[in-house]
Amino acid sequence: MTTRAVEGWTLQPLMTFVREAGARLVLVMTSAGQVLAQHGFSRALDVMSAAALGAAIMASTDEIARQLGQAPFAALNHQGERHGIFLAGVPTGRGRLVALVVYDLDVSSLGLVQLFLEQLAADLRAASPKDSVPKQVLAADFERELSDSLNTLFGR
Amino acid sequence: MTAAAGYGRALDLITRVRGVRGAMLVSAEDGIVVADQLMEGIKGPAVAALASSLTTRLRRAMEAAGVGASVFWHLQAEQGALLVVPTGGAGGILVVAVAEPDVNVGLVRLELLRAAEVAG
Repeated sequence: MTTRAVEGWTLQPLMTFVREAGARLVLVMTSAGQVLAQHGFSRALDVMSAAALGAAIMASTDEIARQLGQAPFAALNHQGERHGIFLAGVPTGRGRLVALVVYDLDVSSLGLVQLFLEQLAADLRAASPKDSVPKQVLAADFERELSDSLNTLFGR
Repeated sequence: MTAAAGYGRALDLITRVRGVRGAMLVSAEDGIVVADQLMEGIKGPAVAALASSLTTRLRRAMEAAGVGASVFWHLQAEQGALLVVPTGGAGGILVVAVAEPDVNVGLVRLELLRAAEVAG
C-alpha cells in the first residue's frame, strides 16, 4: 500500500494515522476536493471520484447544519457490512481540510478511527505552514492543478 | 428501571470495589463508550477503542486455538490493570474496568460478570 502527498507536510501525519488506525484508504483534501495526500488508492480515477464525493457530502452536511443554525458537523460515519467510511473536518493552518477514511470492520473500528483522527488533526495542525494562505481554486486552473496533483500522487 | 439507569447501577457496583479507578460499557464492534464512570485522567474513548480492538484480536486467537469465546481477560501493567468481560459475541458489549495494580481481581471479576448480565 502506498502513501503519497502533494504537500509534503501532510505525509508523516498521514502515515502515522494509517499505521495506528489500521485504515484501508485515506484522502486528505481541501473542502473543495483538492487532494493533498492519499493512502491505499491505486488508480487516479478512484481518487478523483472519492474526493469529489467526499467533498460533496461534507458540503451537503455543512449546508444542513447551516440551515439548522448550528456549527458544521465535526464528523460523519457510514457503516456497511464489511467497511466503514468516516469523513471529518480538520482545521489546520492551511484552512479547513477534510479527511476521508475507509476502514475494514475486521481490522479497525469507528472508535479507533475517531481516536487516531484526533491525533491526525493535531499532527496536521502542528505540521501545517503557519503563514500560508489557503489557495483559491480557480476554474481556469482546476484541470491543470488536478492533473499535477494526480501525477504527484501516483508518481507519474 | 430504564436501561441507562441499569447500566449506571451496574457500573456503580464495579467502581465501589477498592482500587477500581473506572468502569465502562463499550460497544465491542465500534469501540465506542456506551456508559462510563471514570476517575479524572482516564482517557475513556482511548481505552474503549483499544480494548475493543484487542478483544477482536483475542477472539481470533481463541478461535484459532480452538478454546471457544473468551469470558474474561485481565491485563496486568506496572501501574494498573485492565479487566474486561465481553458479552454477546462480536456485536455485543464489553464491560471494562481500569484498576490499581493491587486490586482484588476476583472481586472485580465478580462485579464485571454481574454487570455483563445487566448489559448483555
